[in-house]
Amino acid sequence: MWDWHTAREGLPLILHGFGITLLATALGSLVAIVLGLVIAVLGRAPTRWVRLPLRAVVEFVRSTPVMIQLFAVWVLAPGLDPLTIGIVVLGLHYAMYTSEVYRAGIDAVPRGQWEAAVALSLPPIRTWWGVVLPQAVRKVIPALGNYVISMFKETPFLSVITVNEMVHEANQFGSDNFAYMEAFTIAAAIFLIASYPTSMLMRKLEKRLAH
Amino acid sequence: MLTDNPARKTSVSPVSTAVTFDQVVKRYGDHTVLDHLDFEVRQGERVTLIGPSGSGKTTILRLLMTLERVTEGVIQVNGQPFSGLPEKQLRRARRHIGMVFQQFNLFPNMKVLDNITEAPVQVLGLSRDEAAERARDLLDLVGLADKADVHPTRLSGGQQQRVAIARALAMRPDILLLDEVTSALDPELVQGVLDVLRDIAQATDITMLCVTHEMGFARDISDRVLMFDGGRVIESGPPERMFSEPEHERTRDFLGAVL
Amino acid sequence: MSFLTAFVRSLPSIWDGIQITVLATLLGALLALVLSFVLGLAARSRHLLVRGLARAVVEFFRGTSLYVQLFWLFFALPILGFKLVPLACAVLAFGLNYGAYGSEVVRGALAAVPRAQWEATVALNMTPWQRMRKVILPQAWPQMIPPFNNLLIQLLKSTPLLSLITVSDITFQMDQLRSATGDTKAAYLVLLVIYFVLAYALTLCMNGLEALGKARLGQGRA
Ligand SMILES: Nc1ncnc2c1ncn2[C@@H]1O[C@H](COP(=O)(O)OP(=O)(O)OP(=O)(O)O)[C@@H](O)[C@H]1O
Ligand SMILES: [Mg+2]
Repeated sequence: MWDWHTAREGLPLILHGFGITLLATALGSLVAIVLGLVIAVLGRAPTRWVRLPLRAVVEFVRSTPVMIQLFAVWVLAPGLDPLTIGIVVLGLHYAMYTSEVYRAGIDAVPRGQWEAAVALSLPPIRTWWGVVLPQAVRKVIPALGNYVISMFKETPFLSVITVNEMVHEANQFGSDNFAYMEAFTIAAAIFLIASYPTSMLMRKLEKRLAH
Repeated sequence: MLTDNPARKTSVSPVSTAVTFDQVVKRYGDHTVLDHLDFEVRQGERVTLIGPSGSGKTTILRLLMTLERVTEGVIQVNGQPFSGLPEKQLRRARRHIGMVFQQFNLFPNMKVLDNITEAPVQVLGLSRDEAAERARDLLDLVGLADKADVHPTRLSGGQQQRVAIARALAMRPDILLLDEVTSALDPELVQGVLDVLRDIAQATDITMLCVTHEMGFARDISDRVLMFDGGRVIESGPPERMFSEPEHERTRDFLGAVL
Repeated sequence: MSFLTAFVRSLPSIWDGIQITVLATLLGALLALVLSFVLGLAARSRHLLVRGLARAVVEFFRGTSLYVQLFWLFFALPILGFKLVPLACAVLAFGLNYGAYGSEVVRGALAAVPRAQWEATVALNMTPWQRMRKVILPQAWPQMIPPFNNLLIQLLKSTPLLSLITVSDITFQMDQLRSATGDTKAAYLVLLVIYFVLAYALTLCMNGLEALGKARLGQGRA
C-alpha cells in the first residue's frame, strides 16, 4: 500500500517538478500582479470605450475555466513553449482577480487625497504613482498574496498542456511504477507544506496592515 | 403615588426574596468591578441602581441574566443559587428573568409580532395562536397595536424599545431587568417609553431592577434606590430620602451632578 | 463537414455533457455547503478538541490542491480498496475542497452577527439550538451568499477536471466535436461560452437568494 522505498525513489522527480511549479507560480504571479494593476488603472479611464470592453473581457475570462483557456491557447498557438503558454494564461486569468483587488484598494483611497493632488496641480502620472497607488497597494498586499497561493495550487492545470510541473511528474512516476499512492500523497504533502506557512504569513500581514 | 400602592405592598410577604447577591466578586483580569457585593431584592420590589459610570451597574444586571459569570460568591434567584451552574440548569434559572437592553436588540429577521411570539412558542411551548394573542395584548399595552406586521428596522428607537419591553414581558418573568433603556433614544422619545414602564409598574407586581439616569422616573417607580461605588453598595434607601437628604458624600456629589 | 452541421448533429451529446457538468457542480456544491456548516460551526465550538480538529481538516483541504485531491481519490484510493465511480470522486473532491473554503465563510458570517443578538436570545431563555436556528443563522446567511457565489463559480470552473478522470462532461463532448470537425477555434469558443452562460445563470440564482434573505431582514425593498 505504502512503500517507503518507492516513495524515496519518486521524490527527486517530484521535487524537480516542484521547481517548475514554483517557477510557473512566480512568473505567473508577476504577470497577474502587473497586468492586474494595468487593468485596474485602465478601468478608471475617462472614456466608456475603454471601460466597457475591458469590463466585458474581465467578466468573460474570470467566469470561464482556466483549464479550457490553457487548452485553447495551446492548441491554437502551436510551436509556443507550453510553459510559456501556461505562465501567460495563468497570469492573465489571475490578473482578472487581482484587478478587482486593486480596484477595491484604489476605491478605498479617500477622495481628499485626489483633491489634494488636484489642488497641488500634480500631473496625473504623479497623482497615480506618487499618491494613490502607494496607499492603495499597501492595503491589498495580503489579498494579492492569497491569490498567489491560489494560483500556486492551480498550477497542476499546466500538466494538461504537457508542462512537467509537480503533479505531471507525480502522475508520470505513479503510472510508470504503479505507485499512485506514494506519488500523489507526496505531491499533496508538498503543497500543504509550502502553502500553509505562506497563508499563515498572509493572515499575519493582513492583521498588521489592518491598523 | 405608586410606591404607596397598598395592594402591592401587602401582597409581598417579607421573607420572599427575589434576588440575593452574596459576597459577589466580579473581576475582569485584575480589574475588580464588584468587590464582595451584598444586597437583596424582595419579590415585587422596584429597585433602582445608581452610581457613576463604570461602577458596575450593567455588570450586576448581566450577571443576573447569566450573560457573565461571577468570579466569586453566589447569586440566588427566588432562593435558588445559580452561579456556576451548567447551561441546562441555567436555563431553569433564567426562566424567571427578563431583560430589556439599552440598544433594544430586536431580531431584524423577524417582524414585530414574531419578535414577541418567538420565545413563548419555542421556549414556553405556547401555541402560535396563544402566543400571538398574548403578543397583541402586550402591543396594545405599549401602544403599538398597529405595528404587529412591520419590520423592526422600520420603527423609531422609542417604538423599538417598547417592542423590546413587550417581548420581555411575553415571557412572564418574575423579575425584569432594565439597563438604561432610554439612553439610546432621542430626547422626545424617552417619555413614551417611561410611560409604558410606569403603566407596567402600576398594573403588575413584577420585580424590577432598573439602571437609569432618569431620576424623576426613578423617584416615581422605585421602592428603593441603591447607590454603587467602588464595587459595593454605599448607600440605599427610599427615593424620597435618597434624593432629598443623601447621607453619603459620594451620593451627594453624584446626585448633585445628575439632578 | 461544417462545424455548424456537426454541432447541430451532436447537440444531444452536448446536452448530456452539460447535464453531467451541472450535476457534478450541484452535487459538489451541496456537499461543500453541508461541510461548510459542519466545519464552520465546529470552528466556533467551546471544546478545544473540536475546534482543533475542524481547523486541521480545513487547513488540510485548503492546503493540498484540488487537482491533487481529485487525482488521489481517483488513482490512489482504489489501492486502499475503495473504488469510487469517477463522478463520485469528483463530487467528493469538490465537496471537501470547497467545503473547507466555505467553512471560513460560515465562520466569518456567524462572527459578524452582533453579540447583542446572542445576548437577547439568552435573555429570552432560548436553547443554543434555537438561538442558532431562529436568530443567528437567519441574520448570517444573506452575508454568506456573495462569497458562496464566488466559490460556486470557482467550483464550476473546476469541472473540466471531470474530463481528465474519464467522465463524459461538457469538456469531453466538445473535445469530441473538435476532433470530428478539426475546428478547434469554434469548439473552444462554444465551450467557453457555455461555461460563461452557466456561470451567469448561477450568479443570477444566488443574487435572487441574497435579495430574499435581505428582504427578510428588512434591508431590501419591503
Ligand atoms: N467584558 C469586559 N471586559 C473588561 N472590562 C469590562 C468588561 N465589561 C465591563 N468591564 C469594566 O467593568 C466596569 C463596570 O462596567 P459596567 O458596564 O458595569 O459599568 P456601569 O456602571 O454600567 O457604567 P455606565 O454607567 O457607564 O453604563 C467598567 O470599568 C468596565 O470597563
Ligand atoms: Mg452600564
